[in-house]
Amino acid sequence: MSSFLTSSFMHNIFGGLSQGVIYALVALSLVIIWQSTHILNFAQGAMAMFATYIGMTELDRGINYWWCVLISVVVGMILGGLTERVLIRPLYGKSEINPIVVMVGFLGVIEAVTTAIWTGTTRNVTEPFSQVYYLSNDKIILLSPFNIFQIVLAVTIMLLVAALFRFTKLGLQLRASALAPEVARLLGVRVNRMLTIGWMLSAGVGAIAAVIIASGNFGLFPTDMNGIFVAGFIAAAVGGLESPIGAIAGGLLIGLAEQFILAYWSPNVAPLGGIIILVIALMIRPQGIFTKKVGRRV
Amino acid sequence: MTDPTPRTVTLALDNVTVRFGGLLALNDVSFRVHEQEIVGLIGPNGAGKTTAFNVACGFQKPTSGSVAFPKMGRGALKPSQLAKAGVARTLQGVGLFGQLTILENVMAGAQSRPGGSVVSSALGLPSGLRLQRAVRVEAMHELERLGIAKFAGALPGAVPYGIAKKVSIARALMTRPQLLMLDEPASGLDENELADFSRLIAELRSSTSVLLVEHNMDFVMQLVDYLVVLNFGQVIAMGSPSEISTNPDVLAAYLGIDE
Repeated sequence: MSSFLTSSFMHNIFGGLSQGVIYALVALSLVIIWQSTHILNFAQGAMAMFATYIGMTELDRGINYWWCVLISVVVGMILGGLTERVLIRPLYGKSEINPIVVMVGFLGVIEAVTTAIWTGTTRNVTEPFSQVYYLSNDKIILLSPFNIFQIVLAVTIMLLVAALFRFTKLGLQLRASALAPEVARLLGVRVNRMLTIGWMLSAGVGAIAAVIIASGNFGLFPTDMNGIFVAGFIAAAVGGLESPIGAIAGGLLIGLAEQFILAYWSPNVAPLGGIIILVIALMIRPQGIFTKKVGRRV
Repeated sequence: MTDPTPRTVTLALDNVTVRFGGLLALNDVSFRVHEQEIVGLIGPNGAGKTTAFNVACGFQKPTSGSVAFPKMGRGALKPSQLAKAGVARTLQGVGLFGQLTILENVMAGAQSRPGGSVVSSALGLPSGLRLQRAVRVEAMHELERLGIAKFAGALPGAVPYGIAKKVSIARALMTRPQLLMLDEPASGLDENELADFSRLIAELRSSTSVLLVEHNMDFVMQLVDYLVVLNFGQVIAMGSPSEISTNPDVLAAYLGIDE
């Protein structure tokens, strides 16, 4: 058993999962927004990065790690809500290109502002868990307490989001608003408020991903989330953009693919992992691996 | 009005006029729906039935005239205020949420009720969850009452049209309406379903007023207490089904005879 855990195969599984949960969180956050407003938020990664930078600034002032996580998430949610209210709401019902242009522009603004405030250096959070890998008979298992923490945290967030949508009144209202806003409005659902809450929720989930990255070995650089966003977007697209489960599965798949390509082919082509999966997915199931082909009937 | 005793008015349209550019969609339309009354809004295509309906529920702002819900003590309402004020409206077709189960669709009808703040719901606090469980039980009862409980777990696309229509009624009833507005409830139903549906709506009389727009004359005539007939945006007749069926203006409008 122990030799199995230290095998190179399991190295890649653990490494892939650790990276995959981050992609999965970003993909999930994109799907939440896509479902409610049919907008792909190109600034999702940058918004998460900015929220985490604020959290890290507070960390510099001596608060503990968990407060930093909480602050990042809360700032992320406020930023998400404000973005929907101020930038996105005027665009509802307009051409589909408008929100893309606005959010790509916003992405640039956020990165520029972050660099201006904190300078373009990598920032790091002192993690609450050791990043030293576990050993088994003096051999490395490619898994540290921090990796376990990041996987557990990500999975917990995913389960909480699923429970929110499935079991609560708010979740039902969010789903109803996304599926048929006019009908939901007739039933007394405050659809506009639901859209704002959807963006807040999404930005909160995204901020968790950025906090995990900032807590890792390599820290967080103002433009770091761009690559993560691309991987998260591919994951969401592979999953069908409509399906939270699909987004999560897509994220894990891409994390694993990158890791295996890195190990067995070349580190230089590892980022191709996601693209390869996307191409295959688009050829086999263009509607997404977890999306049932159901017409929207209103 | 033939009714001698004064009854509480649920919905009142007074002198409502709607213009779309040069087109006069409604011209000085007035009518009332009373407590425990089933009122049918009929007329040839393009007569303004749907416009009148839309004005009543705030989808369409009248150019002039007023809408009020005296029984609920409310003036004109916005669509988002309807449910809370006690007005439920179904849409043409079924208007169900395609990706929610039948049960969830019916539960969605209870969303305007007080209690269960966003925060307690978001945090999954026990109070919020308890409330949601109670709504689930009530929705199930509603499905049982309509005899369609066995479809609770199905998606709307997977059940017969007549069942889906009943689900939309069940969802509307979850808002505990004082006024139920049905947009073409008979369309797409077969003979058996029609009879069934007619019985169901008649039973609702004890708890709510009903205003319906309908094309199917046989269905309307044996169901409603009172009819409002529109043609070219104007009310051309009002009265009981038997009065309307012999009204020369109505016959002319339906048969296309010029006066």
